[in-house]
Amino acid sequence: MTEQLKSKPPAGDKPLARIPGAEPSARIDAWWWLVAIVVGLIILLVVIDNETYWNLIVFVWDGIQITFGVTVVAFVLTLLAGLLGGLGRLSKNRFIYGAATLYVELIRGIPLLVQLIWWYFAFPVIIQGLGRSLGVDALSNYQAPAIAMAVLGLVFCYGAYMSEIYRAGIQSIPKGQMEAARSLGMNYFQAMRYVILPQAVRVILPPVGNEFIALLKDSSLVSVVAVTDLTRRGREFMSTHFNPIETWTMVALLYLVMTLLSARIVGWLERRNKFER
Amino acid sequence: MTNEPIIRIKNVHKYFGHVHALQGVSLDVSKGEVVVIVGPSGSGKSTLLRCINRLEEYDEGEIVVDGIPLDSAKNINEVRKEVGMVFQQFNLFPNMTVKENLTLAQRVIRKRTAEEAGEIADQLLIKVGIPEKSDAYPMQLSGGQQQRVAIARALAMSPKIMLFDEPTSALDPEMIKEVLDVMLALAQEGMTMVVVSHEMGFARNAANRAILMDAGQIVEEATPDILFTAPTHPRTKEFLSKVLH
Ligand SMILES: Nc1ncnc2c1ncn2[C@@H]1O[C@H](COP(=O)(O)OP(=O)(O)OP(=O)(O)O)[C@@H](O)[C@H]1O
Ligand SMILES: [Mg+2]
Repeated sequence: MTEQLKSKPPAGDKPLARIPGAEPSARIDAWWWLVAIVVGLIILLVVIDNETYWNLIVFVWDGIQITFGVTVVAFVLTLLAGLLGGLGRLSKNRFIYGAATLYVELIRGIPLLVQLIWWYFAFPVIIQGLGRSLGVDALSNYQAPAIAMAVLGLVFCYGAYMSEIYRAGIQSIPKGQMEAARSLGMNYFQAMRYVILPQAVRVILPPVGNEFIALLKDSSLVSVVAVTDLTRRGREFMSTHFNPIETWTMVALLYLVMTLLSARIVGWLERRNKFER
Repeated sequence: MTNEPIIRIKNVHKYFGHVHALQGVSLDVSKGEVVVIVGPSGSGKSTLLRCINRLEEYDEGEIVVDGIPLDSAKNINEVRKEVGMVFQQFNLFPNMTVKENLTLAQRVIRKRTAEEAGEIADQLLIKVGIPEKSDAYPMQLSGGQQQRVAIARALAMSPKIMLFDEPTSALDPEMIKEVLDVMLALAQEGMTMVVVSHEMGFARNAANRAILMDAGQIVEEATPDILFTAPTHPRTKEFLSKVLH
């Protein structure tokens, strides 16, 4: 991103021209069509075969809540982990930079599913082993709560990707901004908080939004580590009713509703945070 | 003008890898003095200026600003509160209005209330001649207006010293005067100023002293009239012959 070198005549308030198809209304339409189709399909299925589909929706309802809850909690923590990791990756302190880089590179090289399994099955054994060798009963009897371990695994993994998004976003802000803030007497954290991050938000919102949607979808992997999310509830329903087509079609549609809604919210946030440089 | 130096620079060295950007620079600036620094590109003018408020760390030597040595992180922030800086590229905060640009640091650092900070901002905008631009965004201003806002933003912190790094060299010619006029007024009010600029007219009107830097060293210093018209050092003569085509 380059800074404006030459003076420009003051820009008017009105946009220069309207490009057909690029107005916000065009995008709203496409999105409404998609939602209409997906919701329409769900309603249609429920009307056609109320017994199966309505029972299914009722059965997986708590799974939907878990999926949503796990995603939101993991996402909020991911935002924090990513900020720490991103600042670490930008640190001039070699130790902090090294630790952050190691974290990012290690995590990004391991499949998420393997990470989730590690946190759920291996991590507790390490804690128990530690407890035994230290003689601490509370640790040696440690039982991993499934949801907490799943959230931890998701945060560790997504935090690494988020670190890189933050790093790129912060780096995209011209160096002069930090220098101006520092020359006014702000320390590093004040400059980050009041000057750099508010500008970086605009840059990182689209990729961060994508991460939320990706996290929502990847949260289905926690079904493997004993979390009764939407996917796991779907599997339970199928194993008692033996109707894979109905079950997985409906589960897919339910995920679609959630991702479409998320995309909408992300788009709205992006528009709200636009400003001209 | 008193003789007690408000900036004391003693034998400062600065390396960028193998580049020896400052090679033992010593300079005292008195309260109320206006010093103009000239010199060829890459001679270390910006580096010297940036060392004064520690945007750049130096490797050797000593800098004391208003009695505060630039050593600990705490001192550095203390010094930065007292030293305003104006950049070639303005570096206004593009996501904030002019007024927000002027009030942010006042509130965060000087702990002034929104009303206090706002009043100071209004007065400074009158002083730099653009009170009507208070609610505009930097993008909507001309370069000259942006630079005047940048000066006002630095002044809003009530600094004792102002540093200018080529404040007019990114400007279209017709806007240079409006910025220099603001700087001249500031100099006449008794502000201590260190200015890197090749605007000879400004130097003659405003500066007590002019300094020529070359290859990381101060080569010659004199009053602007003498340095620009009757330099003694051959490197000064060479530089001036290039600048005055
Ligand atoms: N961040 C940096 N990293 C590496 N080298 C640098 C850096 N900043 C400056 N230098 C080098 O230090 C020397 C002095 O640079 P400086 O910017 O102080 O010169 P200057 O006199 O301000 O030049 P100009 O008139 O072009 O602005 C130059 O050789 C430059 O290449
Ligand atoms: Mg320079």
